[in-house]
Amino acid sequence: MRLIDEAALADITLGSTVLGSGGGGDPYIGMLLAREAIRRHGPVPLVDLDEVPGDANIVFIAGLGAPGVLVEKLPRENEYAGVLRELERFTGQTYSYICPAEAGGFNGVTPFTTSAVTGVPVVDADGMGRAFPELQLVTPTLYGGRATPLTMVDEHGNVMSLESPTNAWSEAYVRAAVVASGAHGAIAVYPMTGAEAKERLIRGPITLAEEIGRAIREARAAHTSPVEAVLAKQGGVLLLTGKVEEVERKNEGGWTVGKARLSGLDDDRGRRMTVDFQNEYLIAERDGRVVATSPDLIMTLEIDSGEPIPAEEIRYGYRVAVVGLPCDPHWRTEAGIEIAGPRHFGYDIDYRPVEETAGDVRA
Amino acid sequence: MPLRIGIDVGGTNTDAVVLDGSRVVAATKAPTSKDVTSGILAALTEVLGAVDTGEVASVFIGTTHFINAIAQGRDLGRVAVVRLATPPQSLLPMIDWPDRLREVVDGGVYVCAGGAQFDGSPLNELDEAGLRQAAKQIGASGVRHIALSSVFSTVNPEPEIRAEEILREELPEVSITRSALVGRNGLLERESATILNAALLDLAGSVIDGLEAAVASAGISATISLSQNDGTVMPLDRARTFPIFTIASGPTNSIRGAALLTGIDHGVVVDVGGTTSDVGMLHHGFPRESTVAMSFAGVRSNFRIPDVLSLALGGGTHIAEDGSAVGPESVGHRITTEARVFGGDTLTFTDVAVAAGAAQVGDPAAVSGLPADTVRRALGIATERLVRAIDKAKLTVADIPVILVGGGGPLLAALPDLGDVVIPDHAGVANAVGAAFAEAGGEVDRIYSLSGTTRAEVLESATAEAVARAVEAGADPEAVRIVDTEDVPLTHLPGGGAVHVRVKAAGPFRTLATTLKGQ
Repeated sequence: MRLIDEAALADITLGSTVLGSGGGGDPYIGMLLAREAIRRHGPVPLVDLDEVPGDANIVFIAGLGAPGVLVEKLPRENEYAGVLRELERFTGQTYSYICPAEAGGFNGVTPFTTSAVTGVPVVDADGMGRAFPELQLVTPTLYGGRATPLTMVDEHGNVMSLESPTNAWSEAYVRAAVVASGAHGAIAVYPMTGAEAKERLIRGPITLAEEIGRAIREARAAHTSPVEAVLAKQGGVLLLTGKVEEVERKNEGGWTVGKARLSGLDDDRGRRMTVDFQNEYLIAERDGRVVATSPDLIMTLEIDSGEPIPAEEIRYGYRVAVVGLPCDPHWRTEAGIEIAGPRHFGYDIDYRPVEETAGDVRA
Repeated sequence: MPLRIGIDVGGTNTDAVVLDGSRVVAATKAPTSKDVTSGILAALTEVLGAVDTGEVASVFIGTTHFINAIAQGRDLGRVAVVRLATPPQSLLPMIDWPDRLREVVDGGVYVCAGGAQFDGSPLNELDEAGLRQAAKQIGASGVRHIALSSVFSTVNPEPEIRAEEILREELPEVSITRSALVGRNGLLERESATILNAALLDLAGSVIDGLEAAVASAGISATISLSQNDGTVMPLDRARTFPIFTIASGPTNSIRGAALLTGIDHGVVVDVGGTTSDVGMLHHGFPRESTVAMSFAGVRSNFRIPDVLSLALGGGTHIAEDGSAVGPESVGHRITTEARVFGGDTLTFTDVAVAAGAAQVGDPAAVSGLPADTVRRALGIATERLVRAIDKAKLTVADIPVILVGGGGPLLAALPDLGDVVIPDHAGVANAVGAAFAEAGGEVDRIYSLSGTTRAEVLESATAEAVARAVEAGADPEAVRIVDTEDVPLTHLPGGGAVHVRVKAAGPFRTLATTLKGQ
């Protein structure tokens, strides 16, 4: 067990944006919420997955809604603290541990608010190791884990506790409810035992986010390349250094779907890249060859500052490094590729690990 | 022929130009005085030497007063912040401000029930009794400025408008700045801009009185406008109410000035000062704007301001004796005494450029003995840095012109291999020219619900509204055009629930358009 203070939270936030793989929502607001909670209630305990007893109950804490709404209808401590109590009231169980559903983006830091208020420790584990747009795209799904019983609360005092036959039904109900509430709610979902968590969850994503954030911060201070620091930390591949020349965006079924086109700079002068996104970046194609696909992480980092630029914010004129980072091994199983690989998102492409395609990039 | 005057009040120099149509009739650079007013009067007196002041139809001023006040935490008023949301709020106004600035500005925070949802429907019923109670507390606290914000007031301003009425009834003597009139989507950033605006109001009153007095003292009775961040202007009187819109006008004016002096619409603009060169992108005659959240004195803002890369290369930049190092130190405004060509003993970029024959500045004989290798090496390093910065600024690999402006602009003509470089006449006062050519603009930045309508219909209506706002601000209806448009669907909502639309329209002032057509 160690304590997460404001300084550690800042590094985790920066790293979470990188792990967001272009999606997950801006964690800045989530960071502010957690920072205020830590200022009021003190640092938050972070425990390793191995420290969780096999019979203890653990549950994901996440915010649900539209990132564009979150910056206006600001999240409140009440909902992130209350959602855990409401789940306990619904199930009659006690939950002694919480963790993020997704370590990438806004939700990488939301459990710290819950923890600061309730004292329930955060486990250094999650269900994605990155960000994905749907409730069922978590590693517990690979092992038959159930999203329900779940509880969602909003700032109007609505509490929805749900049992569903399948995770797809849970997604449909929760999505409809969150729209009705004004596009933001706090949710406690995928309850499981410590023993199940050890089998199903990704280990160490919060520490990884912290290390990535620290590497960027230290590289900036030392005037070395933050992009190189991220690549070294994560065993990643530099896919292209370039300028964004065009971004197409449209809304399909509630997701931001589109493409960013880049032209190469410096050593990549003359090369071209397209990066496809459906909330998260999904496919990177360099000079017509696919060089990275989901579930590996694709991220754009501003060249000089290393500032991660999410897909929602990327625009004409950005100067970025496009990096590919290997995903957690859970996703590289047959089942993992089936639910989170390129075909799940409608691409007729085989998944190849980004480290293998690295050879194509250098060729 | 009516004349126009452009004035740019910078930290070091106050520049003034007199324009007849697009022709520069007179230009000058005078040191910015401590009281600012006398510096402006001095500059005006000089350019007006050969001009009949009765011919002057309008005066355009760009100033750094307000950004400097924020940066230094000086001359700011205390502000009470009233937010309409769902109480209690966790992320309060000014939560992410630097402590030093917050201590100066914070005049109390009041949260009352109210606000709107993303589709404009009510978030909570407005708590009118709570507002009256807050007004009583503000009145008792002696704070004289209120910043009023409301969740999604960008979509539905009604709760803010009603709350303003109530606060005004209770506190008729107190100023109220309403967030929907100041900022874009993003409550904390919009609120911060609203608070800073309220904090600047007392200063704005005295600065604008000073500007009016300086112009009147020069014998001019024309209308005065102030440059805004986006290359458009507002009447001086509106600046008394919305000083926040002027804080990033400096780089905007120099990029606009470069466009107008050259007639070029797409290019890279390098504004060379004493210490730095600012590299910006000219796109459709306007600066390309920054895409990342910018901060002013540590306060996050979602204002659109020009995307400018600064590099440590200016007229006063130190050069090593053998030319192997360029900067980053600079003699800055002491260049006129410390550079070799001015009789000093510091080798500066100006000295090297003069030695290379790029410009006639000071006494060229003072640098005629510089070794050719020193000059070549220093210019080589400067070129490499500049080319890299220009390459970063450019959007496409296609060759586009590079326009050099600012006091040190002509010095860069010494750089080898810079490609297609344009140095216009009057490059040194490009920012004052930019101020004089500012346009009237109108903007819409709002989230639209798509229920019962389509994206195309929403865009059409937003575009029409932006154009109408530009015309209302004085733009020639025949010359107004859309300069920026963007629509981002709000994600995670099925059925394409809502879309965030930004449209900006701008056009030359009716009077100027007539003048230009008449030429």
